[in-house]
Amino acid sequence: MTLASLTKPWEAMSYGFLDASAKRELRRKMLKAIAVPGCQMPYASREVPMARGWGTGGLQVTLTLLKPSSVVKVIDQGADDSVNAASIRSFLSKVSGATETWDTTEATILQSRHRIPEERLRADQVLVLQVPNPEPLRPVEPNMSVARQMHADADYGRLWLILYEQIVRSGRVMQGAAYPSLVNGRHVMTPSPIPRWDVPKLHMAQHLTFLSAGREKRLYAVPPFTRVEPLVFSDVPYQVEDHAALTCHRSGVSGYFMNEIPQDDGSSAFEVSDSHLGIKTIRQAEGAAIRIGPTWYENGKMPQ
Amino acid sequence: MIATETALALQAPQLMTTPPLLTMTGVSRRYGDVVALQDVSAMVYPGEVLGIVGESGSGKSTLLRMMNLEDTPDTGDYRLALPDLPGNLFDLDRFARRMLCATRIGIVYQNPHVGLLMQHTSSGNVAERLLIAGERSFAALRGRAREALDASEFPLERMDARPIELSGGMQQRVQLAKAIALEPVLLLLDEPTTGLDVSVQALVLDTLKRLQRDRAITMVIVSHDLGVIRTMADRVMVMRRGRVVEQGLADQIFQDPQHDYTQQLVHAKL
Repeated sequence: MTLASLTKPWEAMSYGFLDASAKRELRRKMLKAIAVPGCQMPYASREVPMARGWGTGGLQVTLTLLKPSSVVKVIDQGADDSVNAASIRSFLSKVSGATETWDTTEATILQSRHRIPEERLRADQVLVLQVPNPEPLRPVEPNMSVARQMHADADYGRLWLILYEQIVRSGRVMQGAAYPSLVNGRHVMTPSPIPRWDVPKLHMAQHLTFLSAGREKRLYAVPPFTRVEPLVFSDVPYQVEDHAALTCHRSGVSGYFMNEIPQDDGSSAFEVSDSHLGIKTIRQAEGAAIRIGPTWYENGKMPQ
Repeated sequence: MIATETALALQAPQLMTTPPLLTMTGVSRRYGDVVALQDVSAMVYPGEVLGIVGESGSGKSTLLRMMNLEDTPDTGDYRLALPDLPGNLFDLDRFARRMLCATRIGIVYQNPHVGLLMQHTSSGNVAERLLIAGERSFAALRGRAREALDASEFPLERMDARPIELSGGMQQRVQLAKAIALEPVLLLLDEPTTGLDVSVQALVLDTLKRLQRDRAITMVIVSHDLGVIRTMADRVMVMRRGRVVEQGLADQIFQDPQHDYTQQLVHAKL
Protein backbone atom coordinates (compact mmCIF):
# COMPACT_ATOMS: atom_id res chain seq x y z
CA MET A 1 0.00 0.00 0.00
CA THR A 2 1.36 3.41 -0.92
CA LEU A 3 0.49 6.79 0.47
CA ALA A 4 -0.74 7.83 -2.95
CA SER A 5 -3.34 5.09 -3.01
CA LEU A 6 -4.78 6.32 0.30
CA THR A 7 -5.20 9.94 -0.75
CA LYS A 8 -7.62 11.51 -3.16
CA PRO A 9 -6.32 12.58 -6.55
CA TRP A 10 -5.17 16.20 -6.80
CA GLU A 11 -7.89 18.73 -7.53
CA ALA A 12 -7.65 22.44 -8.31
CA MET A 13 -10.14 23.31 -5.54
CA SER A 14 -12.56 21.72 -3.09
CA TYR A 15 -16.07 20.97 -4.22
CA GLY A 16 -18.05 24.18 -4.17
CA PHE A 17 -14.88 26.29 -3.96
CA LEU A 18 -14.83 26.75 -0.16
CA ASP A 19 -12.73 24.32 1.81
CA ALA A 20 -14.37 21.80 4.12
CA SER A 21 -13.64 23.66 7.33
CA ALA A 22 -15.07 26.91 5.97
CA LYS A 23 -18.27 25.15 4.92
CA ARG A 24 -18.47 23.41 8.26
CA GLU A 25 -18.23 26.71 10.08
CA LEU A 26 -20.81 28.34 7.83
CA ARG A 27 -23.21 25.43 8.24
CA ARG A 28 -22.95 25.63 12.00
CA LYS A 29 -23.63 29.37 11.90
CA MET A 30 -26.51 28.87 9.47
CA LEU A 31 -28.10 26.33 11.80
CA LYS A 32 -27.66 28.73 14.70
CA ALA A 33 -29.20 31.50 12.64
CA ILE A 34 -32.22 29.31 11.93
CA ALA A 35 -32.51 28.45 15.60
CA VAL A 36 -32.66 32.12 16.61
CA PRO A 37 -34.58 33.81 13.79
CA GLY A 38 -33.34 37.27 12.89
CA CYS A 39 -30.36 37.16 15.27
CA GLN A 40 -27.08 38.10 13.62
CA MET A 41 -24.48 35.35 13.83
CA PRO A 42 -20.83 36.32 13.36
CA TYR A 43 -18.80 34.15 11.02
CA ALA A 44 -15.33 34.16 9.55
CA SER A 45 -16.08 35.51 6.11
CA ARG A 46 -13.71 33.83 3.63
CA GLU A 47 -12.00 35.19 0.56
CA VAL A 48 -13.95 34.46 -2.59
CA PRO A 49 -12.93 35.50 -6.11
CA MET A 50 -15.06 38.61 -5.92
CA ALA A 51 -14.65 41.97 -4.19
CA ARG A 52 -16.28 42.55 -0.80
CA GLY A 53 -19.53 44.39 -1.27
CA TRP A 54 -20.49 42.52 -4.42
CA GLY A 55 -22.36 39.74 -2.69
CA THR A 56 -19.58 37.75 -1.05
CA GLY A 57 -21.76 36.99 1.98
CA GLY A 58 -24.57 35.62 -0.10
CA LEU A 59 -22.08 33.77 -2.28
CA GLN A 60 -20.53 31.95 0.69
CA VAL A 61 -23.92 30.80 1.96
CA THR A 62 -24.91 29.65 -1.53
CA LEU A 63 -21.62 27.77 -2.01
CA THR A 64 -22.22 25.99 1.27
CA LEU A 65 -25.73 24.95 0.24
CA LEU A 66 -24.87 23.75 -3.27
CA LYS A 67 -24.95 20.15 -4.46
CA PRO A 68 -24.68 18.80 -8.03
CA SER A 69 -28.47 18.47 -8.35
CA SER A 70 -29.07 22.10 -7.27
CA VAL A 71 -30.67 24.53 -9.67
CA VAL A 72 -29.45 28.08 -9.09
CA LYS A 73 -30.97 31.41 -9.99
CA VAL A 74 -29.13 34.65 -9.29
CA ILE A 75 -30.91 38.00 -9.37
CA ASP A 76 -29.47 41.48 -9.30
CA GLN A 77 -32.18 44.09 -8.61
CA GLY A 78 -34.70 41.71 -10.21
CA ALA A 79 -32.64 41.03 -13.34
CA ASP A 80 -31.01 37.71 -14.23
CA ASP A 81 -28.86 39.11 -17.02
CA SER A 82 -26.79 41.78 -15.24
CA VAL A 83 -23.04 41.23 -15.29
CA ASN A 84 -22.92 40.61 -11.55
CA ALA A 85 -25.77 38.09 -11.58
CA ALA A 86 -24.47 36.28 -14.67
CA SER A 87 -20.93 36.03 -13.28
CA ILE A 88 -22.06 34.70 -9.90
CA ARG A 89 -24.38 32.18 -11.58
CA SER A 90 -21.71 30.84 -13.93
CA PHE A 91 -19.20 30.69 -11.07
CA LEU A 92 -21.67 28.68 -8.97
CA SER A 93 -22.33 26.15 -11.71
CA LYS A 94 -18.62 25.90 -12.56
CA VAL A 95 -17.52 25.01 -9.02
CA SER A 96 -20.41 22.69 -8.17
CA GLY A 97 -21.89 21.27 -11.34
CA ALA A 98 -25.25 22.81 -10.42
CA THR A 99 -27.70 23.74 -13.15
CA GLU A 100 -28.29 27.39 -14.01
CA THR A 101 -31.75 28.79 -14.48
CA TRP A 102 -33.58 32.09 -14.85
CA ASP A 103 -36.90 30.61 -13.82
CA THR A 104 -37.97 31.21 -10.21
CA THR A 105 -40.22 28.13 -10.15
CA GLU A 106 -37.41 25.79 -11.31
CA ALA A 107 -34.70 27.02 -8.95
CA THR A 108 -33.81 25.30 -5.69
CA ILE A 109 -31.42 28.03 -4.49
CA LEU A 110 -32.01 31.67 -5.31
CA GLN A 111 -29.31 34.21 -4.54
CA SER A 112 -30.58 37.73 -4.76
CA ARG A 113 -29.52 41.30 -4.45
CA HIS A 114 -32.21 43.82 -3.45
CA ARG A 115 -35.30 41.90 -4.65
CA ILE A 116 -37.47 38.93 -3.82
CA PRO A 117 -38.99 37.32 -6.96
CA GLU A 118 -42.67 37.97 -7.60
CA GLU A 119 -43.52 34.29 -7.97
CA ARG A 120 -44.15 32.59 -4.65
CA LEU A 121 -41.31 30.50 -3.29
CA ARG A 122 -42.05 26.96 -2.10
CA ALA A 123 -40.93 25.01 0.93
CA ASP A 124 -38.24 23.23 -1.12
CA GLN A 125 -36.57 26.48 -2.17
CA VAL A 126 -33.97 28.53 -0.32
CA LEU A 127 -33.59 32.28 -0.79
CA VAL A 128 -30.17 33.82 -0.09
CA LEU A 129 -30.12 37.58 0.20
CA GLN A 130 -26.94 39.65 -0.06
CA VAL A 131 -26.74 42.23 2.71
CA PRO A 132 -24.50 45.30 2.65
CA ASN A 133 -25.24 46.48 6.20
CA PRO A 134 -26.82 43.97 8.56
CA GLU A 135 -27.19 46.28 11.57
CA PRO A 136 -30.61 47.99 11.81
CA LEU A 137 -29.44 49.97 14.84
CA ARG A 138 -26.52 51.62 13.05
CA PRO A 139 -28.36 54.88 12.27
CA VAL A 140 -29.22 55.34 15.96
CA GLU A 141 -26.26 53.69 17.67
CA PRO A 142 -22.89 54.02 15.96
CA ASN A 143 -21.14 51.95 18.63
CA MET A 144 -21.57 48.32 17.54
CA SER A 145 -20.79 46.90 20.98
CA VAL A 146 -23.62 48.93 22.44
CA ALA A 147 -25.86 47.98 19.51
CA ARG A 148 -25.26 44.29 20.26
CA GLN A 149 -26.24 44.87 23.85
CA MET A 150 -29.38 46.63 22.66
CA HIS A 151 -30.23 43.56 20.57
CA ALA A 152 -29.69 41.38 23.62
CA ASP A 153 -32.03 43.59 25.66
CA ALA A 154 -34.54 43.92 22.77
CA ASP A 155 -34.06 47.65 23.29
CA TYR A 156 -35.49 48.78 19.97
CA GLY A 157 -37.30 51.98 20.99
CA ARG A 158 -34.89 54.17 19.06
CA LEU A 159 -35.77 52.54 15.76
CA TRP A 160 -39.19 54.11 16.03
CA LEU A 161 -37.38 57.41 16.56
CA ILE A 162 -36.14 57.18 12.96
CA LEU A 163 -39.69 56.64 11.72
CA TYR A 164 -40.98 59.41 14.01
CA GLU A 165 -38.56 61.91 12.56
CA GLN A 166 -39.30 60.86 9.00
CA ILE A 167 -43.00 61.51 9.59
CA VAL A 168 -42.25 64.81 11.33
CA ARG A 169 -39.99 65.98 8.48
CA SER A 170 -41.82 64.61 5.48
CA GLY A 171 -45.31 63.73 6.61
CA ARG A 172 -44.82 60.03 5.90
CA VAL A 173 -42.39 57.21 6.49
CA MET A 174 -39.53 57.74 4.05
CA GLN A 175 -37.71 54.45 4.66
CA GLY A 176 -37.81 53.06 1.12
CA ALA A 177 -35.57 50.02 1.35
CA ALA A 178 -34.10 47.88 4.14
CA TYR A 179 -37.17 48.53 6.25
CA PRO A 180 -36.42 47.33 9.81
CA SER A 181 -38.62 44.37 10.67
CA LEU A 182 -39.26 42.38 13.80
CA VAL A 183 -38.61 38.67 13.30
CA ASN A 184 -40.51 36.15 15.36
CA GLY A 185 -41.43 38.87 17.84
CA ARG A 186 -37.87 39.11 19.16
CA HIS A 187 -35.04 40.38 16.93
CA VAL A 188 -35.20 43.36 14.62
CA MET A 189 -33.39 42.73 11.34
CA THR A 190 -32.56 44.64 8.21
CA PRO A 191 -34.20 42.59 5.47
CA SER A 192 -31.35 43.69 3.12
CA PRO A 193 -32.15 46.62 0.81
CA ILE A 194 -35.32 45.05 -0.59
CA PRO A 195 -38.11 47.57 -1.22
CA ARG A 196 -41.02 47.86 1.22
CA TRP A 197 -43.00 45.98 -1.44
CA ASP A 198 -40.99 42.82 -0.76
CA VAL A 199 -41.00 42.76 3.04
CA PRO A 200 -44.49 41.18 3.41
CA LYS A 201 -43.27 38.31 1.20
CA LEU A 202 -41.06 37.16 4.07
CA HIS A 203 -43.89 37.06 6.59
CA MET A 204 -44.97 33.47 7.28
CA ALA A 205 -43.31 32.39 4.02
CA GLN A 206 -42.95 28.72 3.14
CA HIS A 207 -39.32 29.04 2.12
CA LEU A 208 -36.17 29.48 4.18
CA THR A 209 -34.35 32.79 3.79
CA PHE A 210 -30.70 33.40 4.63
CA LEU A 211 -29.32 36.91 4.79
CA SER A 212 -25.57 37.21 4.75
CA ALA A 213 -23.16 40.14 4.85
CA GLY A 214 -19.66 39.17 3.76
CA ARG A 215 -17.91 42.42 4.56
CA GLU A 216 -19.60 42.76 7.96
CA LYS A 217 -19.19 39.01 8.63
CA ARG A 218 -22.72 38.47 9.89
CA LEU A 219 -25.47 36.11 8.77
CA TYR A 220 -29.05 35.70 9.93
CA ALA A 221 -32.06 33.75 8.78
CA VAL A 222 -35.82 33.79 8.51
CA PRO A 223 -36.98 30.17 8.83
CA PRO A 224 -40.18 29.00 7.13
CA PHE A 225 -43.43 30.15 8.73
CA THR A 226 -41.83 32.86 10.82
CA ARG A 227 -43.47 36.18 11.58
CA VAL A 228 -41.72 39.14 9.93
CA GLU A 229 -43.41 42.37 10.97
CA PRO A 230 -42.22 45.75 9.71
CA LEU A 231 -41.95 48.28 12.54
CA VAL A 232 -44.91 50.65 12.51
CA PHE A 233 -46.73 53.07 14.75
CA SER A 234 -50.09 51.84 15.97
CA ASP A 235 -51.79 54.74 14.18
CA VAL A 236 -49.66 54.86 11.01
CA PRO A 237 -50.10 51.69 8.96
CA TYR A 238 -47.33 50.04 6.91
CA GLN A 239 -47.52 51.06 3.28
CA VAL A 240 -45.81 49.47 0.32
CA GLU A 241 -44.86 51.46 -2.77
CA ASP A 242 -47.94 52.36 -4.83
CA HIS A 243 -46.95 50.30 -7.83
CA ALA A 244 -50.16 48.27 -7.95
CA ALA A 245 -51.68 50.43 -10.70
CA LEU A 246 -48.53 50.62 -12.86
CA THR A 247 -48.22 48.62 -16.08
CA CYS A 248 -45.02 47.26 -17.57
CA HIS A 249 -44.43 48.97 -20.93
CA ARG A 250 -42.78 45.87 -22.39
CA SER A 251 -44.78 42.91 -21.11
CA GLY A 252 -48.03 44.60 -20.18
CA VAL A 253 -48.25 43.01 -16.72
CA SER A 254 -49.45 45.14 -13.86
CA GLY A 255 -49.67 44.86 -10.10
CA TYR A 256 -45.98 44.13 -9.48
CA PHE A 257 -42.96 46.11 -8.38
CA MET A 258 -41.79 48.27 -11.29
CA ASN A 259 -38.56 49.94 -12.30
CA GLU A 260 -39.00 53.51 -13.40
CA ILE A 261 -37.33 54.38 -16.69
CA PRO A 262 -37.10 58.12 -17.39
CA GLN A 263 -38.07 59.11 -20.92
CA ASP A 264 -36.69 61.88 -23.14
CA ASP A 265 -39.86 63.95 -22.79
CA GLY A 266 -39.58 64.00 -19.00
CA SER A 267 -42.23 61.38 -18.40
CA SER A 268 -41.58 57.90 -17.04
CA ALA A 269 -42.09 54.44 -18.39
CA PHE A 270 -42.22 51.42 -16.12
CA GLU A 271 -41.04 47.89 -16.54
CA VAL A 272 -41.58 44.99 -14.21
CA SER A 273 -38.60 44.65 -11.88
CA ASP A 274 -38.68 40.84 -11.83
CA SER A 275 -37.32 40.63 -15.38
CA HIS A 276 -37.96 36.94 -15.88
CA LEU A 277 -41.60 37.34 -14.93
CA GLY A 278 -41.80 39.86 -17.75
CA ILE A 279 -40.07 37.49 -20.16
CA LYS A 280 -42.44 34.68 -19.22
CA THR A 281 -45.46 36.89 -19.72
CA ILE A 282 -44.27 37.95 -23.17
CA ARG A 283 -43.54 34.34 -24.20
CA GLN A 284 -46.92 33.23 -22.93
CA ALA A 285 -48.60 35.98 -24.95
CA GLU A 286 -46.69 34.74 -28.01
CA GLY A 287 -48.24 31.30 -27.48
CA ALA A 288 -45.39 29.38 -25.85
CA ALA A 289 -46.32 26.77 -23.25
CA ILE A 290 -45.03 28.69 -20.26
CA ARG A 291 -46.35 28.25 -16.76
CA ILE A 292 -46.24 31.28 -14.51
CA GLY A 293 -46.27 30.26 -10.87
CA PRO A 294 -48.61 31.76 -8.29
CA THR A 295 -47.42 35.19 -7.23
CA TRP A 296 -47.33 36.80 -3.78
CA TYR A 297 -49.24 39.85 -4.93
CA GLU A 298 -52.53 39.27 -6.71
CA ASN A 299 -53.85 42.25 -8.68
CA GLY A 300 -51.43 44.46 -6.80
CA LYS A 301 -52.65 43.31 -3.39
CA MET A 302 -51.02 41.01 -0.88
CA PRO A 303 -53.66 38.51 0.25
CA GLN A 304 -53.64 38.13 4.03
CA MET B 1 -19.41 68.51 64.46
CA ILE B 2 -21.03 66.54 67.18
CA ALA B 3 -22.75 63.47 65.80
CA THR B 4 -21.22 60.91 63.45
CA GLU B 5 -21.85 61.36 59.74
CA THR B 6 -24.17 58.39 59.32
CA ALA B 7 -26.32 59.42 62.20
CA LEU B 8 -26.47 62.93 60.82
CA ALA B 9 -27.51 61.80 57.39
CA LEU B 10 -30.27 59.62 58.73
CA GLN B 11 -31.71 62.33 60.88
CA ALA B 12 -35.10 63.24 59.50
CA PRO B 13 -36.19 66.86 59.38
CA GLN B 14 -38.32 67.24 62.40
CA LEU B 15 -41.55 68.32 60.76
CA MET B 16 -41.56 65.44 58.24
CA THR B 17 -44.32 62.95 58.86
CA THR B 18 -44.31 61.02 55.57
CA PRO B 19 -41.78 58.24 54.97
CA PRO B 20 -38.85 59.20 52.72
CA LEU B 21 -39.10 58.61 48.95
CA LEU B 22 -35.41 57.91 48.57
CA THR B 23 -33.24 56.17 51.13
CA MET B 24 -29.57 55.58 50.56
CA THR B 25 -27.54 53.95 53.28
CA GLY B 26 -23.84 53.31 53.65
CA VAL B 27 -22.85 53.82 50.02
CA SER B 28 -19.11 53.47 49.39
CA ARG B 29 -17.33 53.48 46.08
CA ARG B 30 -13.63 53.33 45.24
CA TYR B 31 -12.09 53.75 41.82
CA GLY B 32 -8.74 52.05 42.28
CA ASP B 33 -7.03 54.02 45.02
CA VAL B 34 -9.41 56.94 44.78
CA VAL B 35 -12.20 56.97 47.31
CA ALA B 36 -15.16 58.56 45.55
CA LEU B 37 -17.77 57.92 48.22
CA GLN B 38 -17.20 56.84 51.80
CA ASP B 39 -20.21 55.56 53.72
CA VAL B 40 -22.65 58.13 52.35
CA SER B 41 -26.25 58.06 53.45
CA ALA B 42 -29.06 60.25 52.21
CA MET B 43 -32.79 60.57 52.44
CA VAL B 44 -35.15 62.55 50.27
CA TYR B 45 -38.75 63.15 51.23
CA PRO B 46 -41.65 63.37 48.76
CA GLY B 47 -42.00 66.80 47.20
CA GLU B 48 -38.74 68.05 48.68
CA VAL B 49 -35.69 69.47 46.92
CA LEU B 50 -32.37 68.22 48.25
CA GLY B 51 -29.34 70.23 47.28
CA ILE B 52 -25.91 68.66 47.29
CA VAL B 53 -22.95 71.04 47.42
CA GLY B 54 -19.26 70.45 47.49
CA GLU B 55 -16.09 71.24 45.61
CA SER B 56 -14.98 69.43 42.46
CA GLY B 57 -14.09 65.83 43.25
CA SER B 58 -16.14 65.73 46.44
CA GLY B 59 -18.20 62.83 45.08
CA LYS B 60 -21.46 64.71 44.54
CA SER B 61 -21.78 63.75 40.87
CA THR B 62 -20.83 60.15 41.65
CA LEU B 63 -23.60 60.08 44.22
CA LEU B 64 -26.07 61.39 41.66
CA ARG B 65 -24.97 58.76 39.15
CA MET B 66 -25.59 56.13 41.81
CA MET B 67 -29.08 57.54 42.30
CA ASN B 68 -29.62 57.18 38.55
CA LEU B 69 -28.29 53.59 38.76
CA GLU B 70 -25.56 54.34 36.23
CA ASP B 71 -22.97 52.91 38.58
CA THR B 72 -23.01 50.30 41.33
CA PRO B 73 -21.23 51.02 44.61
CA ASP B 74 -18.91 48.59 46.38
CA THR B 75 -21.30 48.50 49.30
CA GLY B 76 -24.54 50.23 50.00
CA ASP B 77 -28.28 50.10 49.93
CA TYR B 78 -30.63 52.20 47.80
CA ARG B 79 -34.39 52.16 48.03
CA LEU B 80 -37.16 54.17 46.46
CA ALA B 81 -40.61 54.07 48.02
CA LEU B 82 -42.17 52.33 45.02
CA PRO B 83 -44.66 49.55 45.78
CA ASP B 84 -43.44 47.34 42.90
CA LEU B 85 -39.72 47.62 43.77
CA PRO B 86 -39.31 47.03 47.50
CA GLY B 87 -35.71 45.72 47.59
CA ASN B 88 -32.25 47.21 47.20
CA LEU B 89 -32.22 48.83 43.77
CA PHE B 90 -28.51 48.12 43.32
CA ASP B 91 -29.43 44.42 43.11
CA LEU B 92 -31.60 44.94 40.02
CA ASP B 93 -30.48 43.50 36.70
CA ARG B 94 -29.83 45.61 33.62
CA PHE B 95 -33.37 45.30 32.24
CA ALA B 96 -35.07 46.37 35.44
CA ARG B 97 -32.57 49.19 35.91
CA ARG B 98 -33.15 50.52 32.44
CA MET B 99 -36.92 50.38 32.84
CA LEU B 100 -36.72 52.05 36.25
CA CYS B 101 -34.43 54.82 35.02
CA ALA B 102 -36.52 55.42 31.92
CA THR B 103 -39.90 55.53 33.62
CA ARG B 104 -39.40 56.59 37.25
CA ILE B 105 -36.25 58.72 37.34
CA GLY B 106 -35.51 61.77 35.20
CA ILE B 107 -32.06 63.27 34.93
CA VAL B 108 -30.63 66.50 33.54
CA TYR B 109 -26.90 66.44 32.95
CA GLN B 110 -24.55 69.37 33.04
CA ASN B 111 -23.38 68.54 29.53
CA PRO B 112 -26.36 68.23 27.15
CA HIS B 113 -24.24 66.07 24.84
CA VAL B 114 -24.49 63.33 27.45
CA GLY B 115 -28.22 63.52 27.89
CA LEU B 116 -29.39 64.24 24.35
CA LEU B 117 -29.12 62.70 20.90
CA MET B 118 -27.71 65.76 19.21
CA GLN B 119 -28.45 64.71 15.64
CA HIS B 120 -32.11 63.94 16.28
CA THR B 121 -34.90 66.48 16.67
CA SER B 122 -35.71 67.97 20.06
CA SER B 123 -39.20 66.49 20.06
CA GLY B 124 -37.66 63.19 18.97
CA ASN B 125 -35.39 63.29 22.00
CA VAL B 126 -38.42 63.58 24.26
CA ALA B 127 -40.29 60.96 22.23
CA GLU B 128 -37.41 58.52 22.69
CA ARG B 129 -38.14 58.40 26.41
CA LEU B 130 -41.77 57.54 25.67
CA LEU B 131 -40.71 54.95 23.11
CA ILE B 132 -38.54 53.18 25.66
CA ALA B 133 -41.56 53.06 27.94
CA GLY B 134 -43.49 51.34 25.12
CA GLU B 135 -45.56 54.13 23.54
CA ARG B 136 -46.17 53.19 19.88
CA SER B 137 -48.75 55.70 18.70
CA PHE B 138 -47.40 58.54 16.60
CA ALA B 139 -50.14 60.97 17.63
CA ALA B 140 -49.59 60.22 21.32
CA LEU B 141 -45.82 60.59 20.99
CA ARG B 142 -46.19 63.90 19.24
CA GLY B 143 -48.75 65.16 21.73
CA ARG B 144 -46.87 64.12 24.84
CA ALA B 145 -43.55 65.43 23.50
CA ARG B 146 -45.24 68.76 22.86
CA GLU B 147 -46.73 68.80 26.36
CA ALA B 148 -43.42 68.04 28.03
CA LEU B 149 -41.58 70.67 25.99
CA ASP B 150 -44.31 73.16 26.78
CA ALA B 151 -44.05 72.38 30.50
CA SER B 152 -40.33 73.06 30.42
CA GLU B 153 -41.05 76.36 28.64
CA PHE B 154 -39.35 75.42 25.42
CA PRO B 155 -40.47 77.50 22.41
CA LEU B 156 -42.72 75.04 20.56
CA GLU B 157 -42.03 76.45 17.09
CA ARG B 158 -38.52 75.03 17.45
CA MET B 159 -39.56 71.61 18.69
CA ASP B 160 -38.31 69.91 15.52
CA ALA B 161 -34.92 71.59 15.52
CA ARG B 162 -31.91 69.51 16.44
CA PRO B 163 -30.46 70.29 19.89
CA ILE B 164 -27.07 70.97 18.28
CA GLU B 165 -28.64 74.02 16.61
CA LEU B 166 -30.05 75.35 19.87
CA SER B 167 -28.57 77.57 22.59
CA GLY B 168 -27.32 76.13 25.87
CA GLY B 169 -30.38 77.19 27.83
CA MET B 170 -32.70 75.62 25.26
CA GLN B 171 -30.70 72.41 25.28
CA GLN B 172 -31.17 72.23 29.04
CA ARG B 173 -34.90 72.74 28.54
CA VAL B 174 -34.99 69.83 26.08
CA GLN B 175 -33.18 67.70 28.64
CA LEU B 176 -35.67 68.79 31.25
CA ALA B 177 -38.62 67.99 28.98
CA LYS B 178 -37.12 64.58 28.33
CA ALA B 179 -36.68 64.02 32.04
CA ILE B 180 -40.25 64.97 33.00
CA ALA B 181 -41.98 63.41 29.97
CA LEU B 182 -42.93 60.29 31.90
CA GLU B 183 -43.73 62.16 35.12
CA PRO B 184 -40.94 60.58 37.15
CA VAL B 185 -41.09 60.24 40.93
CA LEU B 186 -37.56 61.60 41.20
CA LEU B 187 -35.81 64.28 39.17
CA LEU B 188 -32.03 64.43 39.33
CA LEU B 189 -30.26 67.60 38.26
CA ASP B 190 -26.51 67.50 37.80
CA GLU B 191 -25.27 71.09 37.64
CA PRO B 192 -28.21 71.99 35.38
CA THR B 193 -27.25 75.66 34.98
CA THR B 194 -23.45 75.52 35.00
CA GLY B 195 -22.10 77.03 31.83
CA LEU B 196 -25.17 79.17 31.18
CA ASP B 197 -24.94 82.93 31.46
CA VAL B 198 -26.56 84.49 34.50
CA SER B 199 -29.79 85.68 32.88
CA VAL B 200 -30.43 82.33 31.16
CA GLN B 201 -29.50 80.56 34.37
CA ALA B 202 -32.17 82.57 36.19
CA LEU B 203 -34.76 81.64 33.55
CA VAL B 204 -33.95 77.93 33.76
CA LEU B 205 -34.07 78.04 37.56
CA ASP B 206 -37.39 79.83 37.28
CA THR B 207 -38.75 76.99 35.13
CA LEU B 208 -37.45 74.42 37.59
CA LYS B 209 -39.06 76.28 40.47
CA ARG B 210 -42.37 76.47 38.66
CA LEU B 211 -42.27 72.78 37.79
CA GLN B 212 -41.51 71.95 41.38
CA ARG B 213 -44.40 74.04 42.59
CA ASP B 214 -46.92 72.77 40.01
CA ARG B 215 -46.12 69.10 40.09
CA ALA B 216 -44.51 68.68 43.51
CA ILE B 217 -41.68 66.69 41.91
CA THR B 218 -39.06 65.39 44.29
CA MET B 219 -35.69 66.73 43.16
CA VAL B 220 -32.06 66.20 43.94
CA ILE B 221 -29.93 69.04 42.64
CA VAL B 222 -26.15 68.91 42.57
CA SER B 223 -24.22 72.12 42.19
CA HIS B 224 -21.06 73.83 43.29
CA ASP B 225 -22.91 77.12 42.95
CA LEU B 226 -24.37 78.06 46.32
CA GLY B 227 -26.66 80.59 44.69
CA VAL B 228 -28.41 77.85 42.74
CA ILE B 229 -28.72 75.69 45.83
CA ARG B 230 -30.05 78.59 47.88
CA THR B 231 -32.68 79.34 45.24
CA MET B 232 -33.81 75.76 44.78
CA ALA B 233 -33.16 73.59 47.78
CA ASP B 234 -35.25 72.95 50.88
CA ARG B 235 -32.52 70.92 52.47
CA VAL B 236 -28.79 70.89 51.81
CA MET B 237 -26.14 68.22 52.09
CA VAL B 238 -22.50 69.33 52.09
CA MET B 239 -19.97 66.86 50.73
CA ARG B 240 -16.22 66.79 50.94
CA ARG B 241 -13.78 64.06 49.87
CA GLY B 242 -16.52 61.52 49.42
CA ARG B 243 -18.17 62.14 52.78
CA VAL B 244 -21.18 64.06 53.95
CA VAL B 245 -19.80 66.66 56.34
CA GLU B 246 -22.98 68.47 57.19
CA GLN B 247 -26.61 68.51 56.32
CA GLY B 248 -29.69 70.40 57.35
CA LEU B 249 -32.35 72.84 56.20
CA ALA B 250 -31.10 75.31 53.62
CA ASP B 251 -31.49 78.35 55.88
CA GLN B 252 -29.73 76.58 58.70
CA ILE B 253 -26.75 75.66 56.52
CA PHE B 254 -26.42 79.11 54.99
CA GLN B 255 -27.08 81.16 58.14
CA ASP B 256 -25.43 78.98 60.74
CA PRO B 257 -22.92 76.60 59.21
CA GLN B 258 -21.38 74.27 61.80
CA HIS B 259 -18.62 72.42 60.02
CA ASP B 260 -15.35 74.23 59.22
CA TYR B 261 -15.61 73.38 55.57
CA THR B 262 -19.20 74.58 55.29
CA GLN B 263 -18.26 77.81 57.01
CA GLN B 264 -15.46 78.35 54.49
CA LEU B 265 -17.80 77.54 51.64
CA VAL B 266 -20.54 79.90 52.78
CA HIS B 267 -18.12 82.71 53.52
CA ALA B 268 -16.31 82.28 50.25
CA LYS B 269 -19.60 82.80 48.53
CA LEU B 270 -20.80 85.74 50.56
